Amino acid sequence: MKRRTFLGNTLALATTGAALSTGLLAPQWAAAAGEASAASEASPSPFNLKALDEVLKSLNATDAKTSDAIKIKAPEIAENGAVVPVSISTTLAGVSTISLVVSNNPNPLAATFTLLEGTSPDVTTRIKMAKTAEVIAIVQAADGVHIAKQNIKVTLGGCGG
Amino acid sequence: MGMNRREFLQLLAAASVAGFGMNSRWALANQPSNPYELPAFGQVSLLHYTDCHAQLLPIYYREPSINLGIGAMQGQPPHLVGEHFLKHYGIAPNTLEAHAFTYLDFAEAAKQYGKVGGFAHLKTLVDQLRAQRPGALLLDGGDTWQGSWTALKTKAQDMVDAQLLLGVDVMTPHWEMTYGAERVTEVIEKDFAGKIDFVAQNVMSTDFDEPVFTPYVIKEINKIPVAIIGQAFPYTPVANPKHFIPDWSFGIRDERMQEMVDEARSKGAQVVIVLSHNGMDVDLKMASKVTGIDAIMGGHTHDGIVQPVVVENAGGKTLVTNAGSNGKFLGVLDLEVKEGKVADYRYKLLPVFANLLTPNPEMVKLIEKVRAPFQKELAEELAVCDEVLYRRGNFNGTFDQLICNALMEGLDTPIAFSPGFRWGTSLLPGQPITFEQVANQTAITYGTVTRNEMTGAMIKTILEDVADNLFNPDPYYQQGGDMVRVGGLQFSFDPTAKMGERVSDLELAGKALDMTKTYPVAGWASVQESVPENKLIWEVVADYLRDKKTLSKLELNTPHLKNVSTNPGMVGS
Repeated sequence: MKRRTFLGNTLALATTGAALSTGLLAPQWAAAAGEASAASEASPSPFNLKALDEVLKSLNATDAKTSDAIKIKAPEIAENGAVVPVSISTTLAGVSTISLVVSNNPNPLAATFTLLEGTSPDVTTRIKMAKTAEVIAIVQAADGVHIAKQNIKVTLGGCGG
Repeated sequence: MGMNRREFLQLLAAASVAGFGMNSRWALANQPSNPYELPAFGQVSLLHYTDCHAQLLPIYYREPSINLGIGAMQGQPPHLVGEHFLKHYGIAPNTLEAHAFTYLDFAEAAKQYGKVGGFAHLKTLVDQLRAQRPGALLLDGGDTWQGSWTALKTKAQDMVDAQLLLGVDVMTPHWEMTYGAERVTEVIEKDFAGKIDFVAQNVMSTDFDEPVFTPYVIKEINKIPVAIIGQAFPYTPVANPKHFIPDWSFGIRDERMQEMVDEARSKGAQVVIVLSHNGMDVDLKMASKVTGIDAIMGGHTHDGIVQPVVVENAGGKTLVTNAGSNGKFLGVLDLEVKEGKVADYRYKLLPVFANLLTPNPEMVKLIEKVRAPFQKELAEELAVCDEVLYRRGNFNGTFDQLICNALMEGLDTPIAFSPGFRWGTSLLPGQPITFEQVANQTAITYGTVTRNEMTGAMIKTILEDVADNLFNPDPYYQQGGDMVRVGGLQFSFDPTAKMGERVSDLELAGKALDMTKTYPVAGWASVQESVPENKLIWEVVADYLRDKKTLSKLELNTPHLKNVSTNPGMVGS
């Protein structure tokens, strides 16, 4: 898990809180992190989990409450499912991690950003979406885990106007 | 003027009752003797046309007989047709306004009242209103550069020149983008420089998320600073080919809209107008979320709406207007500003009847000049049909049926798809179908026909996907087109169902469509970048018409509809 944590920090800090990654790297990076952690720890990386409820469970988010203090900025309809820009920011206090889950992806967990103390909780990445799905922002704050959701539609396109 | 006494009397009758349903004070105080002599009001006036689709000459345009609203949108403007529409706005049947706003008795009424729109006629009307309203701005809501043969062939130079002569002040885009980023930029930098402001707050670069266009302009009207914020069609790269504009990202971008409104206000704007190509349902939702906008003047969905819808939001009230299509209407919004705020308004959506307006000679000259090189091909009479040819409607139109028939015959397929575009003018029974009329339905920069092998499952997926773009209960997930037109295939359709469950009972020639079997499907207007070389759609349709010469009894293939029998967005409900 160390490599991922390190990358998360680097990215989050690189652009003063508005972390920008290519997102397409995320699956490979996640897999690599997963393998590394599988070797060193007993439980598999949450990036390798296939079932949404298992991912939520691994992030302690199964019963997390929806919070208005979390803002997801993402298109309602994706222009290109291969690179969907998603930003998550929050006014919650004491944020240690922000995770991004895509309900209908084969591996639902797309990213986890680990924030150092004092980092502004505002991250941006680009994700790949297999089909229309809910993106779920999971924020670990001082007072517990909070979530927010937005539907992003992936459409075949055409026939407009 | 070409108007006889009977028509004039009817016109007076229409003017006295129509369009003032929500403004009875005005109706009583100021009954105009001529609908085009609107008494001026307030200090700030905005003239608005949208979605003219490059129709320089007067045309016929039949309003829809089906425009279903689902969920909270059911029975609300713009989802009212025919008598439901008349009743809602208190318009008397069999009047000029009833003809302008509804499909009722279309062929007969069109013969009586004549053609609508035309830039030379619009120019006369704009000039007349401007004379009464010094400083009034003319706003162009986009879809101006596409929809005719001359626009396609001149890369919209004909329309750009016409916009300049008409005196457009501000515009926002949609189909303009289908000429490609380079051409759009060229027009803005060369033709429009210092003359027309091209504004869009919701277009950002795909790489660094930076604004591509000027988001808004602040203009002084009678010493009152007025901000006009542009809102381009949010789903341009989804509904039209993205490869024309690979580096630009669109979207609704409510938050940035709020920032722009606040910024304009902080710079002193006393009036904030959004010139929108959202589509009316999206405009209404945006008006409920974003605060500080006085009026959203919208287009895209081609809805001609008599009076503004007043939407309440956390900051106050926002008017939403939509001004129809094809040059058929000109919206006039007059605002009274007191103590730095809009205090009152008047709105009128004027139908542009060519017989009632003297064409502007300069514009006539320009139109003749741009048409001259193409006159011969435009005028070719291909066939005649004995019924009204039209496109607009949720599921099919007679002209689309004709296109599907031409595709199935020309490409030898049992199934055809034609996009649910809302542009495309109408023809009266017996009116010759010229090549120009075919181009009015098909002239786009990606008009190659396609012949694909698709499984039954793929066909169902496509129908479901397009259906959700039209009937998603949340307008922010809609794209504003109509349902893909389907030739050859029968099906049932429940607009109120969830995504993936709207289409059922798919049948081809009386047999259930096999989900695993492969069928050849003809189509056109693919949004893919590389499309196999093939004919262009207007060639396929023109060949078909030349071959048939006369057309009769076009059997309209529409789905069997479920759960909408009482929806006022449909005839007979």
